[in-house]
Amino acid sequence: MDLSSLKLRKARTDSPGLVSYVSGFAISIALTLAAYFLVVQYAGSGGAVLDRSTLIFAIVALAIVQLAVQLIFFLHLGKDSKPHWNLIVFAYAALLIVAIVAGSLWVMYHLNYNMMLMPPAEVDAYMIDL
Amino acid sequence: MTENLTENKTVFGFWVYILSDCFLFATLFATYAVLHGNTYGGPGARELFSLPFVLAETLILLTSSFTAGLTLLAAHQDKRDQVLAWIGVTLLLGLCFLGLELKEFAQLYTEGNSWTRSGFLSAFFTLVGTHGAHVAAGSLWMIVLMIQIGRKGLTDGLMNRLMRWSLFWHFLDVVWIFIFTFVYLMGAIN
Repeated sequence: MDLSSLKLRKARTDSPGLVSYVSGFAISIALTLAAYFLVVQYAGSGGAVLDRSTLIFAIVALAIVQLAVQLIFFLHLGKDSKPHWNLIVFAYAALLIVAIVAGSLWVMYHLNYNMMLMPPAEVDAYMIDL
Repeated sequence: MTENLTENKTVFGFWVYILSDCFLFATLFATYAVLHGNTYGGPGARELFSLPFVLAETLILLTSSFTAGLTLLAAHQDKRDQVLAWIGVTLLLGLCFLGLELKEFAQLYTEGNSWTRSGFLSAFFTLVGTHGAHVAAGSLWMIVLMIQIGRKGLTDGLMNRLMRWSLFWHFLDVVWIFIFTFVYLMGAIN
């Protein structure tokens, strides 16, 4: 065994521990079940506890929290990356993804409105009063 | 030193690939968000999808992401047999997930709700099918890894591949969180 492979094996031993995976797994299951039962409860009782927009906000928030949990506990993002390149590339990708998705939806939801063959006042009357 | 550096570089390169794959999924999610209401008079998400079924899929994939972590943990402790066992468990869970997904697809197809039915279903099959294709690729990767580790043991090269595969597998579970939330849970609310 030469020096370089010795070093690599030493690097293997101080890897992220079992605790990290178990806690990530437990939190992820809890978040999944929470979102699931919120929706089942809503579908069953017709929105007695949470109204629709609060519910949508809640399950999207739960998904984003679970994303963060898995990035930290499973992918160990930002923990050992000394030059922080992993994190920088991730942040840039996240920014572009938000721009792509939000931008596409923005354009598509306004498409009918802005592409009508009538002036704005008539579009309002046509689309809202219809 | 040099070996450590190459290891970091290949894992980093793979991380960049994964992020580029995120762009693929982001565009498919955006497409689905635009088309999810365009059912062309056919059934929508609420009529078609069964939540308990999808919860089972979700928990299976989540558990497989956990066992993928245990695989890497065993590899770091140089326990070859444990690594093989945990990859085996992960592979089994991955195949269960794929089986359930194919069952759902087959049911939709035979009931006349294939990807040609409506814009909504085209977007659904493209998004969920692309994720399923990734899971199939990850499963194939596991089979190759098991054969290679069985033959050569935990060499430095295979450690490197294991790390990249575990990144890939965790990534697939992260994508599924959003499919679960935006396609299935949101579908049941609308």
